[in-house]
Amino acid sequence: MKKEEDYKELIEEEHQLDAATDELPSPAPGTGGLAAFAQLVQVLGTSTKTLDKLAALSNYFTVAEDKDKVWVIAIFSGRRPRRAVNVSLLQSWCIELAGIPAWLFAECYHTVGDLAETIALLLPELDETKHKNVSLSYYLEELIRLEKQDELVKKQFIIDAWQTMSQSERFVFNKFITGSFRIGVSQKMMVNALAKTIELDASVIAHRISGNWDPSTTTFNELLSEHATAVDFSKPYPFYLAYAHEGDLSVLGKPEDWQAEWKWDGIRGQMIKRNNELFIWSRGEELMTEKFPEYQVLKDKLPEGVVLDGEIIPAKDGKPLPFALLQTRIGRKNITKKQLQEAPIAFFAYDLLEYNGEDWRNKELGQRRATLEKIVKSVNHPTLLLSDVIEYTTWDELAKIRESSRDVGAEGLMLKNKYSVYKVGRKVGDWWKWKIEPLTIDAVMIYAQKGAGRRSNIYTDYTFAVKDGDNLVPFTKAYSGLTDKEFNAVDAFVKRNSLEKFGPVRTVKPELVFEIAFEGIAASNRHKSGVALRFPRILRWRKDKPVSEINTLEDLRKMLEMYGKS
Amino acid sequence: MDILFVLINSTANTVLFQARYSHTIPKTIHLLIEFTDKGLYCRQGNFYIDPWRPVERAIITHAHSDHARGGSNYYLCHHYTKPLLQARLGDGNYEGIEWNKTVDMNGVKVSLHPAGHIIGSSQIRVECKGEVWVVSGDYKVENDGITTPFEPVKCNVFITESTFGLPIYKWKPQQEIYTNIQEWIKKNKKNNVSSILIAYSLGKAQRILQPVSEVSDTIYAHGAVANMQQALENAWWNFPKVERITPGIPKSKLLGSIIIAPPSADGTPWMKKFAPYAVGICSGWMQVRGNVRRRNADAGFALSDHADWDGLLTAIHATGAEKVYATHGFQSALSRYLNEHGIEAAEIRTEYGNDEDEGIGNDTNLKQESDELHELL
Ligand SMILES: [Zn+2]
Ligand SMILES: [Zn+2]
Repeated sequence: MKKEEDYKELIEEEHQLDAATDELPSPAPGTGGLAAFAQLVQVLGTSTKTLDKLAALSNYFTVAEDKDKVWVIAIFSGRRPRRAVNVSLLQSWCIELAGIPAWLFAECYHTVGDLAETIALLLPELDETKHKNVSLSYYLEELIRLEKQDELVKKQFIIDAWQTMSQSERFVFNKFITGSFRIGVSQKMMVNALAKTIELDASVIAHRISGNWDPSTTTFNELLSEHATAVDFSKPYPFYLAYAHEGDLSVLGKPEDWQAEWKWDGIRGQMIKRNNELFIWSRGEELMTEKFPEYQVLKDKLPEGVVLDGEIIPAKDGKPLPFALLQTRIGRKNITKKQLQEAPIAFFAYDLLEYNGEDWRNKELGQRRATLEKIVKSVNHPTLLLSDVIEYTTWDELAKIRESSRDVGAEGLMLKNKYSVYKVGRKVGDWWKWKIEPLTIDAVMIYAQKGAGRRSNIYTDYTFAVKDGDNLVPFTKAYSGLTDKEFNAVDAFVKRNSLEKFGPVRTVKPELVFEIAFEGIAASNRHKSGVALRFPRILRWRKDKPVSEINTLEDLRKMLEMYGKS
Repeated sequence: MDILFVLINSTANTVLFQARYSHTIPKTIHLLIEFTDKGLYCRQGNFYIDPWRPVERAIITHAHSDHARGGSNYYLCHHYTKPLLQARLGDGNYEGIEWNKTVDMNGVKVSLHPAGHIIGSSQIRVECKGEVWVVSGDYKVENDGITTPFEPVKCNVFITESTFGLPIYKWKPQQEIYTNIQEWIKKNKKNNVSSILIAYSLGKAQRILQPVSEVSDTIYAHGAVANMQQALENAWWNFPKVERITPGIPKSKLLGSIIIAPPSADGTPWMKKFAPYAVGICSGWMQVRGNVRRRNADAGFALSDHADWDGLLTAIHATGAEKVYATHGFQSALSRYLNEHGIEAAEIRTEYGNDEDEGIGNDTNLKQESDELHELL
C-alpha cells in the first residue's frame, strides 16, 4: 500500500486554487480529439505551477467533446480500461517497426523508464499526410472491444493507429494500454478544474465521480448534470485529509477545543451500509469489500444509511497488530483461512459521514462523534471498534502522551477541531497529524540502480547495509529524501566507483553513509537481515561519518525487540 | 597503474576492461593510440589527445571543459579554439592550426578536421606507416549555421563519442526546435512571464541567439554567457547583441524579458529577480520527459550539439573504418550494435562527458566551470 501523503504534502496547491483560471486561453481552431489530450498531458507532465495545470485542465474541459471528458475524468481518477493488449506484444510490434534488436529496445526502455514513452520515441516518424486526429473515446472504446480479439486483429489495429499519430499522441495512446498517467494531477485538482466549467460545487463533483461507474456507458450529463439520476449505493465520500503538524501546539489555540486520537498505521477506509449492502472503500478509491470478508457480519448490525470513516487495521482483542500483517493479505486474490486467523481485521471508526441516509459532513465533529459512539456501542462486535479519544488537559500533557504512541501501535496523534465540519481533500486548519519522530539507523550504500520515469538517467535507488562483524548485510532499499543536487553527487560517485554490474544494478564501493529513517520494523524471513522496515527513506547524507561507525545488525535486532513485537 | 585498459580477445568481439577491476594480468599491446589513465596517447608521436591529466604535449579537440584541461606544457588545437583555451585555461603554450593541415610529430602525421560540435571543434586524424586513426572528439552532423560542419574522414580506426548512442535520440530539424522556442517565448511574453533559457555558455548559447533575436529586441545574459560572448567577439566572431545582467537593471525592465543562462544558474537564487519566470532547458536530454520533470523545467527543448543515433551511424559508416572504439556515453550499446552489424567495435571508458549535454548527472562540474569562467574572463 502506498501512502502518498506520507511522502509529499501538496501544500502549494491549496493556496492557488481559487485564483486560477479566471482568464482561459481560447482554444486554437480545429483542436480537440487525441491531439488536445496529448497537449494536456504534455502541460500537466511538465508544468511546475499548479495554476498552469489547473488552467490547462479547465481549458480542456471547456473545449473537449463530452464523451472525451467522461473518459478523461475516468482516467485521471484511476479508472483505466482493462489492458487490451499485453505489453510484451506491444513491445515486439514496436521492435519490428523500428527495426532494432530486442536488447537495444530493453536498453532504451531502461534509460527512458517508461514503456509507453520508449515506444513513442522508437517508432518510425509519422508521415504527415497520414496524420489523423480521432477522438479519445473512439480509441478507448475500440481498445475495450479489442480485448477479446485475437492477436492479429490487435496488431493490425495498434499498428494502424500508430501510423496516424504524432509522437505525443502515440505516447498517450500507449499509456491507455500500458498503465496509469502519473503526471501530478490529483483528483482534487481535476475536481476544481471541473468546478470552473460546470455549475456544481467541488464537493458535489468529488462525490459524483467517486464510486462505481463505467465511462463507456456513462454520459457526461448523467455523471455531472445538476439533476443526475443514477443511484450508486456504494459511492463513498471524498476523504478529508490532515496536514502534518510540526513544532509548538499552542498555535492551535485552546486544548479543550481539540479532540485527540491515536494516528493508526493502517489503511484509511470508509464503511458504507446502504440498500442493505455493505461496502468498504480505501482512501485510494479502491472498492475493497471482498478483501475483508470479516466485516460482512456488520451488515446486519449497522443501521441502514450509514457511512463511517476509519482505519482498517489488523487487531486482536481490540489491540492493533503491526501493519506488515495486513500487507500479507492485500494484494492477494483469495484470502486463505490461515491468513484470516493470523491477520484478523478490525475497523477503528473515528467519524460519521452519513446517518439515516443523510449527509452529515456539515455537522460539527462533536455531534458526529456522539452519534458514532452510539452506533458502535449498539453494534457491539469486535470487528467494529471506536478509535479512542485521548483524555488530556494541557498541551504539555498531550506531548508526553504522544511519546508513548509506539507502545499502543500508533504512529503519533491526530488532532481534530471539535467544531469543525468534514471537508473535502486536504485542507489546512482543522485536522492535523502529529507524528512521532521516525526510528533511524546509519547505514552504508552498497548497491545502486537507475531510477524510473522522473529520474531515469541517474542512479537514485539505493540498497543499504549495516555491519555484522567484518561483513556488510543489506537490510533495506530507500528512495526519496535527497535533494537533486545530492542525487547528482551520489550518481557521480556511483558512476566512478561501481565494482560490478548485475543487470541494471551496480555494486558500489561501500563508502557513502546515510541516515535511514523508518516508521516501523518487523521480523521477516524473506530478508537476509531478518527484518523488514516500514516506509524506509533517506533522512540525510552523513558525510561526517566513516563506514566504520555505521550501525550493526545487532542494533537492528535490538530495535526489532523493542518496537517490532506486538 | 600505468596502462588502465587491457585488451582481451573473446571469441566474438574484442572487449576492453579496466585493469583496476579485472583480475587478469595486464598485458600491454601497442596500438597507434592507447587508452591510458591520462587519456588517449600516441606513443609513436609522443602526444596525448584531450588528456585529463597534465602532459608534455596535448592535442585538443575543442574547448569544452571535459576535453580541454589545464596544466600541460604544449597545446595544439584549431586556431578558432586557441582564444577559447586562453580564456578558459589562462596563458600557456597554445598553437592554433588550420583544418586539413598536416603537422609532423615524431614521424606521425597529425591533422585537424571539422567536427561540427562547437566553434573550432575538430576531429584529430593520426597517421603512421599507412595506418590512419581518427579521434572524433564531440561531434554533430547537422549544420548549425555557426560551426564549420562535420566532415567525415576516411580511416582504419575511428574513436567515436556516443553521448546519445541510443535510437530514442532522434533530433528534430533545428528550425523546428527554434520555432518551438520562439512560440514558447511569445506565450510567456503574453502572460508577462520572463523566459529563462538554459543553454551551455559555449555552443548552445550562441546557437539560440539568432532565433531568440527574431522575437525579442533585448536579450539578457548571465555573466558566464556574456563573458563567453565577449571572448568570442574579441576573436572577431559576430553574434546578436546580449545585455549582461547586472544588479543595476531595474526589475520593471526584466518583466517578460528573455534571459540566457548556463545550467549552473538553474535553480539558484540568482533567478529570483526575474520572477515571474518560466524555465526552458535546451539539451538533448530533454528528449525524455522524465528529464524535463527531474530538472523541474517548464519546457524542454531537445537541441543538442551532439550527433543523435542516426547521426552517429551515418558518421561511422562514412569513415569506412574497420574498427570502432566508442567512448563517453552509451558506448556499450553502440559498440554492441555495431558488432552485430558487421563493424568490429569495442567500448572504452574515458573521463569525458561532464560538459553540458553529457553531464546531466553532474551539475557540480558545471557550477565549478561557470565560477571558473567568472574569474578568468
Ligand atoms: Zn563538448
Ligand atoms: Zn565531450
